[in-house]
Amino acid sequence: MSITRLSKIAAVAALSALSLAACSSSSTTTGTAPSSAAAGTSLACPSGSITGEGSTAQTNAIQQIIAGYNDACGNKAKIEYNATGSGAGVKNFNAGLVDFGGSDSALSDAEHATAMTRCKNNEAWDLPMVVGPVAFSYNLKGVSKLVLNGEVMAKIFMGQITTWNDPAIAALNSGVTLPSTAISVFYRSDDSGTTDNVSKYLKANAGDVWTADHSKTWKGKGGEGKNGSSGVAQAVAATDGGFGYLEWSFATDNKLGIAQLDAGSGAVTLNADSVGKALEAAKITGTGNDLTMSLDYATKAAGAYPAILVTYEIVCSAGLDSAKTAIVKDFLTYFASTAGQNSLSDVGSAPLPASLLAKVNTSIQAIK
Amino acid sequence: MADEPGANVATTTDPEAAVGPSASLSNGKPVSTSNLHFANVKHGGDRSFRAGAIAAAVIVVLLVAFVGVFLAVIATPSLRRDTVNFFTSTQWNVGADAPLQFGIAGLLWTTALTSVVAMLLAVPVAVGTALLVTQYVPGRIGSLIGFVIDLLAAVPSIIFGLWGLKLLGPFLGPFYAWLQHVLGWIPLFSKGVESTGNVLTASIVLAIMILPIVSAMSRDVFSQTPRDHIEAALALGATKWEMIRTAVLPYGQSGVIAASMLGLGRALGETIAVMIILSQTNTPGINISIFAGGETFASKIANNAQEFDSPAKTGAYIAAGLVLFVVTFAVNAIARVVADRRVR
Repeated sequence: MSITRLSKIAAVAALSALSLAACSSSSTTTGTAPSSAAAGTSLACPSGSITGEGSTAQTNAIQQIIAGYNDACGNKAKIEYNATGSGAGVKNFNAGLVDFGGSDSALSDAEHATAMTRCKNNEAWDLPMVVGPVAFSYNLKGVSKLVLNGEVMAKIFMGQITTWNDPAIAALNSGVTLPSTAISVFYRSDDSGTTDNVSKYLKANAGDVWTADHSKTWKGKGGEGKNGSSGVAQAVAATDGGFGYLEWSFATDNKLGIAQLDAGSGAVTLNADSVGKALEAAKITGTGNDLTMSLDYATKAAGAYPAILVTYEIVCSAGLDSAKTAIVKDFLTYFASTAGQNSLSDVGSAPLPASLLAKVNTSIQAIK
Repeated sequence: MADEPGANVATTTDPEAAVGPSASLSNGKPVSTSNLHFANVKHGGDRSFRAGAIAAAVIVVLLVAFVGVFLAVIATPSLRRDTVNFFTSTQWNVGADAPLQFGIAGLLWTTALTSVVAMLLAVPVAVGTALLVTQYVPGRIGSLIGFVIDLLAAVPSIIFGLWGLKLLGPFLGPFYAWLQHVLGWIPLFSKGVESTGNVLTASIVLAIMILPIVSAMSRDVFSQTPRDHIEAALALGATKWEMIRTAVLPYGQSGVIAASMLGLGRALGETIAVMIILSQTNTPGINISIFAGGETFASKIANNAQEFDSPAKTGAYIAAGLVLFVVTFAVNAIARVVADRRVR
């Protein structure tokens, strides 16, 4: 009698323990291997293993590239990437714990100095490899084209514009009938590089409205926080009048409307081309083969979509042991190949424009 | 975590456990001692089993102690640097560049509200099904119903979360709008967030998640109602409902309370489902409405665990975890006291 009872209770406890265990691992989408392997690029495919660490923003992109590289090379090398955050990536790269770092921001002067020691008196280079645009998505019945700009969006995010037919929005959308629906703002409740990037964009374009410094934590007023880009996408899709920022792939996957941005020289749609133009408008401030970029979030270049995030891979220009250097070089060569870059559109990154890609390739080939 | 102490309390709700090896059964009949003479002989197996049992108990106690110490050690430096009142503030600025400002008032409110509303929804249903299964349709059909309810415990909480977010919330949207329209003058039902990611949706999902725990334990205590009590009530001319009211419910009362406390512990600590459903808000202060968004201790920690990039930030979240640990500990202690009182 008491045994069966106990076993029943134990069964319930065990089942709920199972369900707890099942929920503890959050789901991450691992990109599927690209069907087109590295056509047109010659890979040496050395064997061995390398480890990278850093930015979470490029997790999906780099997993996609690793899968593609392994496909092209028949899994000869073992490449691991730990997405622990940009700060940790730089720290552990400079400590010599990992072979390359991934970071949302290039090395500072002090970090460059430490990197010199780490690379045995050779420079470390910042190579821009992944470009992640941010989509500003809306859900508005009967509106298929919407133009916004930094100032209007800053006011929406700060709760100063609350309805879709606000004169400020109407002024950017002549000829479009805007409903009087309330704007329901959704933002990322978890700290994220996307939030950091959006706040940089807003600060650059409307510093008088968006007064907070850029940060990974959302500093807007009002609205609702949702977990992850998927949470924001779901909420925008489910709410009439919804508006939020998210990684590009989530907006297209959920078939959400993406606002065009008008920085003063006409409305610009988010696509690979417009992202490329914004990158071309950016200045390269690094010297020699270091390709540190200075993005201009407020660029007025025609056809440029400036709300983008660039992630760098940080590598030693020389000084790493030769076996590892060979893999790093080969891996980055695939990364910077047309096939590699094009495969990134599946995970919401835009390919680097040809002009920049050429510079990146020059740097990669110069690694000794 | 919340489930583990459950096994302890569950054993103490067993009235026979308190009787132990003494020479009488729960019905008061003396047992012939000839059946028990083995108990006085110490075999090697006896000793090793005893040692094993003691080791198991010590390990569990040490584990709990270590978790507590771990939380306290990591939280203390951040708590010392906190520039606002940890218990009354609703601010949460834990970035590396600014002075630390974090308080748990909002988290505590949302955690308590979601759990209490979940209890209000789950306990009546759980007790009702337990009574049905033990008193109205005992036997094969009863255990089949019981089995189906227990199956709910096997659904992973991420599934409950997605179900609540994508299906239940949107489905209940019109009902929420109506409820808010009718009862909106009460602060508890005032305007909250635009989406259906509010406290009420989270509470309903939590209620479903704790239902099998409360129901299974209630079933067990109700099924142990002494036959004599039931027969006596019926012999005095009581109807079925009167019999349940006078014999079954008083007998099972404290067992149900203990079961509810265990469910409460589970609801307080539920993480993923709440994180997915509940909208975070950034308006200052606390909106006490059940239509408001918010964050619970567990959901806030889970939401940001991937970006713990500085010790100060980690410490702030761990401090919140420490409060949840203490609250859950207290809830389970209360469950234990209630369960013990029932046995005496």
